[in-house]
Amino acid sequence: MDVNANAPASPEKIDVAYVAHLARISLAPGEQELFQQQLEHILDHVNKLNELDVSGIEPMAHAIPVKNCFREDVERPGLAHEAAMRNAPEERHGQFFVPRILE
Amino acid sequence: MAELTQLTLHETLDALARGTCSSEDVTRAYLDRIAAVDDRIGAFLHLDRDQALADARAADARRKAGQGGRLLGVPLAMKDVLNVKGQPCTCGSQILKGYVAPYDATAVARLRAEGAVIMGRLNMDEFAMGSSNENSSYHPVRNPYDLGRVPGGSSGGSAAAVAADEITASLGSDTGGSIRQPASFCGVVGVKPSYGRVSRYGLTAFASSLDQIGPFTKEVADAALLTEVMSGGDPLDSTSVPGPAPELLATMKQGIRGFRIGLPKEYFQGGMDAATEALVRAAVKQLEALGAEPVEISLPHTEYAIATYYIIATAEASANLARFDGVRYGNRIAGVDPIDMYEKTRSAGFGNEVKRRIILGTYVLSSGYYDAYYKKAQKVRALIRRDFDEAFKTCQAIVTPATPSAAFGFGEKTGDPLQMYLSDIFTVTTNLAGICGMSVPCGFAGGTLPVGLQILGPAFREDNMFRVAHAYEQATAWRGKRPPLAVDAGRTGA
Repeated sequence: MDVNANAPASPEKIDVAYVAHLARISLAPGEQELFQQQLEHILDHVNKLNELDVSGIEPMAHAIPVKNCFREDVERPGLAHEAAMRNAPEERHGQFFVPRILE
Repeated sequence: MAELTQLTLHETLDALARGTCSSEDVTRAYLDRIAAVDDRIGAFLHLDRDQALADARAADARRKAGQGGRLLGVPLAMKDVLNVKGQPCTCGSQILKGYVAPYDATAVARLRAEGAVIMGRLNMDEFAMGSSNENSSYHPVRNPYDLGRVPGGSSGGSAAAVAADEITASLGSDTGGSIRQPASFCGVVGVKPSYGRVSRYGLTAFASSLDQIGPFTKEVADAALLTEVMSGGDPLDSTSVPGPAPELLATMKQGIRGFRIGLPKEYFQGGMDAATEALVRAAVKQLEALGAEPVEISLPHTEYAIATYYIIATAEASANLARFDGVRYGNRIAGVDPIDMYEKTRSAGFGNEVKRRIILGTYVLSSGYYDAYYKKAQKVRALIRRDFDEAFKTCQAIVTPATPSAAFGFGEKTGDPLQMYLSDIFTVTTNLAGICGMSVPCGFAGGTLPVGLQILGPAFREDNMFRVAHAYEQATAWRGKRPPLAVDAGRTGA
């Protein structure tokens, strides 16, 4: 799905119903209004960051300078199949069972 | 001898080594204590009495066979976000009700390897999102010092259990203060190690660039021991930093003569409760009497920390919690197609605070807003880190209050999420910068409510932090204080 095509017209206000759907959460009507108001309030505070000039600052994704941790490409023990399936909400033939995806 | 449940971890180890008690005795004493007081405290979500006693007997057999272990026979309890093989791990959420962990978190495995008895699951804010434990989907935790007040969060159960003598030490996790804030509210020691110090493998992720596991204990030495045992690189977590664990027990007794202690002026500019400020100022005087030199420092981007934190933490959470979709584990609500199933499952399984944060995190990462929010926050994060780098050029440790006030009452901040977020002001910067921090008790507001002194050290300089904490603790009388509850239910009577 092209996210932009469905993006709200106003770039200023969060559209809670739309974003909730992106996050695969559906909200009851009362919940939606409450969140709309609370999140607008939080975003008002967050907009405080606009006071800062951050040009020329490198974004910090991580607190430590570690990257590309490689290990030897050798077989090692993992979770047994049965153990991995034990928490499955629905299992058939040793596999996770989900609603039909293709018609 | 004091009751077994009042002993520190080191005292328990001594008693076990001398043979004055067995691990089974200690474990049974805690199980009885939990049975006696936890209906009032609510710290535990799950407890397997028979398994705990069986593990204790195994530890006793190990000792009898002459085998060692730095934690041999000591019972420890885990925040419900840490995976312990064969035990439930719900993260305080309905979506994981019934989930049983198939493996041990690395931190847990290391405690076990040293002989600890891992028993009990501790209550928490759902998915570690909260500052009061009021977001647990199961039941609230009450502050042992005042049952009408919150224990702090998100590791509220971990802090309250130690304060109420329900366990000698516990583990929690800290993403923006979730160890230090409840430790402060409940009058116990709580440590957030430097980012990368303790493997996060098996810790259910909230915000992966901020989360760290750490201990709650009754004294500084116990926290040093547990931090040593858990620390060190782990091939199962590529963000754990390779290298040996720090030597904290050996170095913490060196004193702080000549140490420069930074006091961030931005933290002392209003917004702090008068009683808290008075206790922290008195603690600074104490450090000075011990030979340290207080110096004023500046952390100029402090006022932007909450905004930065709540963008980065929610963004990472929205990605991490995408895995809870009812497919491979957790509860599922059936739907006509996969998307319908995801929506129904997540809407029923997550509580309000978790939903709010997922939506906020999704928003700040969404197309058109990414640069304005997420990327901008990452840049401010770099400025906050730079503030600390500059400050630590002039001091070995920084001292602040852990929280702006002592424990607040139930319902006081639940109506306004932003007010709740703002109460994290003194703790979130530590996680953003990746440095280490801890809270140690420094007195009681109004004579009754615990207040914590926060001590911060540079990244991977836990030794500095523990030297300050240990010197302070040894010079003051706060260690060993217990809530009135302990006396009421104990042998001395009310």
